[in-house]
Amino acid sequence: MKGVARSTTAPTGAARWWLTAHASLVYLFFYAPIVVLVLYSFNDSRIIGGWDGFTFRWYGEFAENRSVRDALAVSFRVALLSTAISVVLGTLSALSIERFRWRGRRLLDGVLYLPIIIPDVTMAVMLLVFFSEAADIIDRLPFIDLSSGLETLVISHVAFNISFVSVVVRARLANLDPSAEEAAADLYANRWQTFRRVTLPQIMPGVIGGALLAITLSLDDVVVSSFVQAIGSTPLPVFVFGLVRRGVSPLINAVSVFMLAASTGLVLVSLLVQRIRSSPGEPKELIP
Amino acid sequence: MTVIDPPAQVDPPVSPELETGARRAASRRGFLLGLPALLYLTVFFMVPLGIVVAYSFATRSRTGRTELRDWNLDAYARLGDDVVRTIAVRSLWIALATTLISLVLAYPLAYYMSTRTPTVRNILLVGVMLPFWSNFLVRTYAWRVLLDSDGLVSQATQAVGIGETRLLFTPTAVLIGLVYRYLPFMVLPLYAAIERIDWSLVEAARDLHASAWTAFRRVVWPLSLPGVIAGSILVFVPSFGAYVTPAILGGNKEGLLGSFIVSQFLSARNGPVGASLSVVVLSVMLVATLWYFRSGGRNL
Amino acid sequence: MTVLADAVARGSGTLDAVQLSGVTKRFDDVVAVDAMDLHVCQGEFFSLLGPSGCGKTTTLRMIAGLEFPTQGSLRIHGVEMGLLPPNKRPVNTVFQSYALFPHMDVETNIGFGLQMRKVPKEERRRRVRQAIELVRLEGLDRRKPAQLSGGQQQRVALARALVNEPKVLLLDEPLGALDLQLRQNMQNELKSLQREVGITFVYVTHDQEEALTMSDRIGVMRDGRLLQVAGPEELYERPATRFVADFIGRSNILPGTVASPGRVVLSNGDRLDLPTTQEAGTAVGVAVRPERIRIGRPGTAPAGRHRLDGKVARATYVGNAVVYAVNVDWIELEVRASNDAPHDRHDVGDHVMVTFASEHASVVEDDV
Repeated sequence: MKGVARSTTAPTGAARWWLTAHASLVYLFFYAPIVVLVLYSFNDSRIIGGWDGFTFRWYGEFAENRSVRDALAVSFRVALLSTAISVVLGTLSALSIERFRWRGRRLLDGVLYLPIIIPDVTMAVMLLVFFSEAADIIDRLPFIDLSSGLETLVISHVAFNISFVSVVVRARLANLDPSAEEAAADLYANRWQTFRRVTLPQIMPGVIGGALLAITLSLDDVVVSSFVQAIGSTPLPVFVFGLVRRGVSPLINAVSVFMLAASTGLVLVSLLVQRIRSSPGEPKELIP
Repeated sequence: MTVIDPPAQVDPPVSPELETGARRAASRRGFLLGLPALLYLTVFFMVPLGIVVAYSFATRSRTGRTELRDWNLDAYARLGDDVVRTIAVRSLWIALATTLISLVLAYPLAYYMSTRTPTVRNILLVGVMLPFWSNFLVRTYAWRVLLDSDGLVSQATQAVGIGETRLLFTPTAVLIGLVYRYLPFMVLPLYAAIERIDWSLVEAARDLHASAWTAFRRVVWPLSLPGVIAGSILVFVPSFGAYVTPAILGGNKEGLLGSFIVSQFLSARNGPVGASLSVVVLSVMLVATLWYFRSGGRNL
Repeated sequence: MTVLADAVARGSGTLDAVQLSGVTKRFDDVVAVDAMDLHVCQGEFFSLLGPSGCGKTTTLRMIAGLEFPTQGSLRIHGVEMGLLPPNKRPVNTVFQSYALFPHMDVETNIGFGLQMRKVPKEERRRRVRQAIELVRLEGLDRRKPAQLSGGQQQRVALARALVNEPKVLLLDEPLGALDLQLRQNMQNELKSLQREVGITFVYVTHDQEEALTMSDRIGVMRDGRLLQVAGPEELYERPATRFVADFIGRSNILPGTVASPGRVVLSNGDRLDLPTTQEAGTAVGVAVRPERIRIGRPGTAPAGRHRLDGKVARATYVGNAVVYAVNVDWIELEVRASNDAPHDRHDVGDHVMVTFASEHASVVEDDV
């Protein structure tokens, strides 16, 4: 092993063999189900047991299925809208907490942590109850039409996404040398110019990372969405969840593989962004 | 001899009052930046939370409506019922078992990862992160495909002659699903903790005549404890309230807290009981995370 | 120069590049800078010297506008700065960590200030080019800071500040991160650069040698106060307080009391005629540099030199000199005998006579 200068500390002999075997099994555990799922999505058979040859048939059905397409459209719209809003609010709150001292700072910090640790069932129940109690009031607000169902989804997703964006951006901000911002001010940049030219470019990997996390969480969410959706605006995961509870089908396999590919694509993009933007070898910011 | 004309004076010298004013202005800017998020979360998170708390003290009408009057503790008293107790204990066991199994699986892996070369380490890390980031509903569904009575697992056991396995809709299936979903939550903080360890400490221990095992037990393990605690909380907290995984792999039985809460709101139409249970679950989570932060953790 | 000297003598306001009167900075309960008065003359290389936590960096940051005083007046070229933010002050800073913008190349970094002040593109380009030549960074203008060595980053930071032609250039321990060799080269370069551009430099450092080498005048700080402001030579030869005598070079401090104006009684009873400003009866110290003390066999002291007798406790060969610790009963003196001039070597236990001239002794106050 070149590059490892841990001759006396790296596990050797039997221990090393066991560790390697164990690691291989865990990775098998991680990936085998996914591989099987992908294979089955190309299986030309209605029943799971047999293999009747290779086909794209289920993807064709998936593409033509009207409810799947509608659900997909709802998911994307909700994901993009909620991400846009939570990136703005989350980044502002991160700046406010990391760069300023003000009285309510600790309070905001605490409130931001709650959506991260709350179980999604509790959050779902909260929002369900809230929308049923406050529907009349919210409906009277301008620009919001709860009956379309999209608004409740977006509002709910923003409510948990702000926190995740904020955490990721804060981690980035905390690692920045604040003297670069002081230098900008010293070099005649006003507050806006300092933010625009010095702070923002430097926290951009964090903002992008936070945005990707928000999109992922929004596209992943089943529980909260199934509680706050209105009829006619079912997002894809909720739709799939409904199908899955009834049983296994090749169509779900195809939809699932599509969703997997989409989320894997997002991760790879974010890894690439990290590679380009920051020093190599530290993909840690992906961990929320 | 005048070299430079003294320019017109614009500012007065600084007094404590002026400086306080400047500090206030800066803190006002911080407040204004934080305000949108604070307002948003107040309206769409804290108020809903408040309503749920209010529900837990409210009265259920005969038609199943929750009426915000006649405040009482009946719903909390109902939590002592045998049904609820059984479900709570079962959820607790499932969550603890998930945590323990994850820890046993994750620790050697994290140790293995942190003793690799940086390149290998990064590849392994991405290997853990991909499932962490990919759609969990789909990943859980994959297990349903595997564990189905015609699924691969059953076919395999039949092939070796053990006979058909019926794992789907059993607690074992739920356990597998939960471990599968939350294992990355355990691996990542563990890896972060072990990777940070200064390996010359292990060398020092070996130099002081410790065996490899003793060196691990006395040096590596204590130093990795923050990661163990962080990972355990990250796994325990969500699996305690899990809803989707039990629903897919455990069938529609109202066997765990998550589905019980949901059923109280949707089918049993007993808002106060569902709300009081949510409050209890949330409190458990809060206590666990606060305890973690108190004990000096920073890894969440 | 005469104008300058004149202004210094008068303590004049009009020529001061920087003038602090009664500036205090409190952080919560901690007083970082305590009612400080300071004049920095135009065109001079002024250093603020002191141990870490003495308030020198806070003072610099207040001049830059990165920190506001709690109280007091701070003027730059006669203009009261008040609560003016840093971007409206005619000063620029070279930060300790350099604070280069990591996402911009060298040219953009250096041109940033000009761009913010909306200097037309052509002129900007010309001035950036000049600045790059001034700090000899030709050919590196497309590099990012991470691709430069520490010394090169330091030059970029310097050019980025100088290109704006500030009225005062503030430098916060800019050489602290460099290794010894590079630091010494940069000291010379900085000094000649300052002469060349003629801009007032206010330089913060904890390194006394650095301050002595480069500065026209030095202000020694401790616990938020200025203890002494003087040129390098005066500071070394005539330290005003015990702390200054100790902090700058090494000193023997003989305890004593002012007997009457111009006369000090050492604690062994010896009398010394030295200029004093303290009242009679004040406890003071008499500071003498180790290299100003001569060591010899017991005998008669040369005229005009004060004599003490003692015994050699230690003798250490340090290359260009031998350092003796001489025990004179009531105090142990450090004596540095240069190897340039031939002299008798003394061994441990030898009885010796040590002498010093009164012009090499200065009365220092006890610090509060």
